Amino acid sequence: MSPPGALGTITRARKSDGAGKLVSLLSPLVAVLAAFLVGGLVVAAIGESPLRFYSVLFRGAFGSVDGIGLVLFNATPLIFAGLAVAFAFRSGLFNIGGEGQLYIGSFVCAWAALKMPGAPAVLLIPVLILASAAGGALWAAIPGYLKARFGVHEVINTIMMNFIAVALTGYLVVEIFKEPGQMTPQTAVIPVAGELPRLAGFFQSIAVPLPNANPLNASFLIALVAVWLAWFILYRTTLGYEIRAVGHNTSAAEYAGINVRRTLVMAMLLSGAFAGLVATNEIMGFRHRFLDNFSSGIGFMGIAVALLGRNSPLGVLFAALLFGVLNTGALEVDIFTDVPRELILVVQAVTIILVVVGNEIVRRRLAGGAQKRRPSKEGLEAS
Amino acid sequence: MRKLTLLVLPLVLLSLVGAGCRQSTPSQGTDAFKVGMVFDVGGKGDKSFNDSAYRGLLRIADDFEIEHTEFEPGQDADRETGLRKLAQAGFDVIIGVGFLFSDSMRSVSADYPDVRFACVDFDVRQDEVLPDNLAGLVFREEEGSFLVGVVAGLKSETGRVGFIGGMDVPLIHRFEAGFIAGAKHANPAVSVTVGYAGSTPQAFADPAKGKELAMLQYGRGVDIIYHASGNTGIGVIEAARETGNFAIGVDSNQNYMAPGHVLTSMVKRVDNAVYAVILAAYENRFEGGLREFGLAEDGVSYAMDDYNAGLISDAIVEAVEAAKAGIIAQEIDVPRE
Repeated sequence: MSPPGALGTITRARKSDGAGKLVSLLSPLVAVLAAFLVGGLVVAAIGESPLRFYSVLFRGAFGSVDGIGLVLFNATPLIFAGLAVAFAFRSGLFNIGGEGQLYIGSFVCAWAALKMPGAPAVLLIPVLILASAAGGALWAAIPGYLKARFGVHEVINTIMMNFIAVALTGYLVVEIFKEPGQMTPQTAVIPVAGELPRLAGFFQSIAVPLPNANPLNASFLIALVAVWLAWFILYRTTLGYEIRAVGHNTSAAEYAGINVRRTLVMAMLLSGAFAGLVATNEIMGFRHRFLDNFSSGIGFMGIAVALLGRNSPLGVLFAALLFGVLNTGALEVDIFTDVPRELILVVQAVTIILVVVGNEIVRRRLAGGAQKRRPSKEGLEAS
Repeated sequence: MRKLTLLVLPLVLLSLVGAGCRQSTPSQGTDAFKVGMVFDVGGKGDKSFNDSAYRGLLRIADDFEIEHTEFEPGQDADRETGLRKLAQAGFDVIIGVGFLFSDSMRSVSADYPDVRFACVDFDVRQDEVLPDNLAGLVFREEEGSFLVGVVAGLKSETGRVGFIGGMDVPLIHRFEAGFIAGAKHANPAVSVTVGYAGSTPQAFADPAKGKELAMLQYGRGVDIIYHASGNTGIGVIEAARETGNFAIGVDSNQNYMAPGHVLTSMVKRVDNAVYAVILAAYENRFEGGLREFGLAEDGVSYAMDDYNAGLISDAIVEAVEAAKAGIIAQEIDVPRE
């Protein structure tokens, strides 16, 4: 991912760029194919046809414009969650608090929208996007600060912050912001001016028959911008350089005059902001209200997405799309075949494991015998 | 390659172990009447709410020529997408189990006017009019609760009975109100202690909390506790067994869970409601709108079986039957909150 040049040398000092690019492109591909092979064996082992399994899965994801729209829709929150993990990882921090950050971001987004009933869309939409990012950023900044100031391990704190976020938003939505007269623990609907448009209309206008009911919305475009933004910050700004430098060698970075504490807090802030942007899909684009417990683990899937994507922004995009395909196809398999839902989860998990393991094996094989078999710096980063 | 084999083999073996637990469902027929069912969180096998709905589906599939498919949404957004997929695939009736489907049901039923939808425990809005192809199945839980309240009022020796709810929401308040009214109906001097396990969905899945609340109440002289708290109630029943007191089960018949200590159960016949709504569609007399299931419709009842036969005297049964008749004849007014 890193462009050749002075900044790029930090991440790929060891390899010639051409071979490196080829390897980093090929290895996940081979690994994904291997994972599908194993998945097929598992399906065969329980007496179902792997061919039918995969044909239903891929028909669900690619068999119709609707399916492709669903893939992009399912990938959208995973892009944000994956970027959050990948971004913090570049500074050497393991932010597994994406789940909590996206809950807080989403709640702040819904709350802000409900507080501004009369605002026009031109004002409300940017404000809500910022509110989502700010909510997530704030929640991530707390463990970031604790890490920078006191050296408290961020893994423990981000996990704990997840529990607090889920409980806090649950309390708020049940006790204070619940829509009156309803059982469902959810807020009232946000003003129409705060809604992001669905993309069906646009696609129909260019003769792509995406059905109106398809939930794909403009949040996907925001996700694409976020991918670019993450890349831009990491590789085109001083802050990004500092973040990567701290992630590589904290002592060296400090010796070079980088303010490590400030850099760590900034990395967590931005990481949390990416997680918070999940709200643009959930609140502004899809449900138009905050529902208690809506996420079902998007923040944690973000970890897998970041690993698959080797912590690079573009890699995260592709990894999230792969998960989008699996999730979309999984529903189809669940409804239309006798393969039990648990097995789909097994296939998904095997895919993750194999891609992560296989990624590393293939990378080393392709890299050839020039390098001894010891984990490279990049290998550690990816696994 | 050997490494790959080593990797694959345990997986294959593991999956073979898990292979036994699934019966096969429908073949691809075009003319057959097709019913799709989408479960709530917890899904098939929860021994309570979802399973009750599934029993209804299996029963009618046995009685008539009906094909069926069920699934449990993996991620939250799949609720609506799944309903749409079923509608597109030409299902005749689509049933959502649980109030979380209410919003999705509203939007999907509007897009597919030819498909009939039903939602169990539909979360109806004030003055909402449902479309012709959407039936909201709701239960008058307060009526069944009234009956078990009568049992508790007559059976209690200390004159103190208790109620433990799961999540503190209007749905559960109905259970509480009916129970209190029933107990007072049978014995005006009875006192009722009320507790709730929490205010999030987690409150339905916390047996430790249930036991704690029950122990407190039993310690204060309460000798019968009615729980409306899902899994949390397992703790209540456990406490009844440990302290030698009585508990009253809910939703499914829970009398068997601690024989001698579960007085009776307020049974919510989700299976009957599901059966009835599918049958109506099958016979082409489906009607949209809110469908209430109370005592008169056999939607709620109290459970009598071998496990509690010795606990409830004929006099109590008579009193309960009298109350039941009174409610059906609308001579007894049961409060909803």
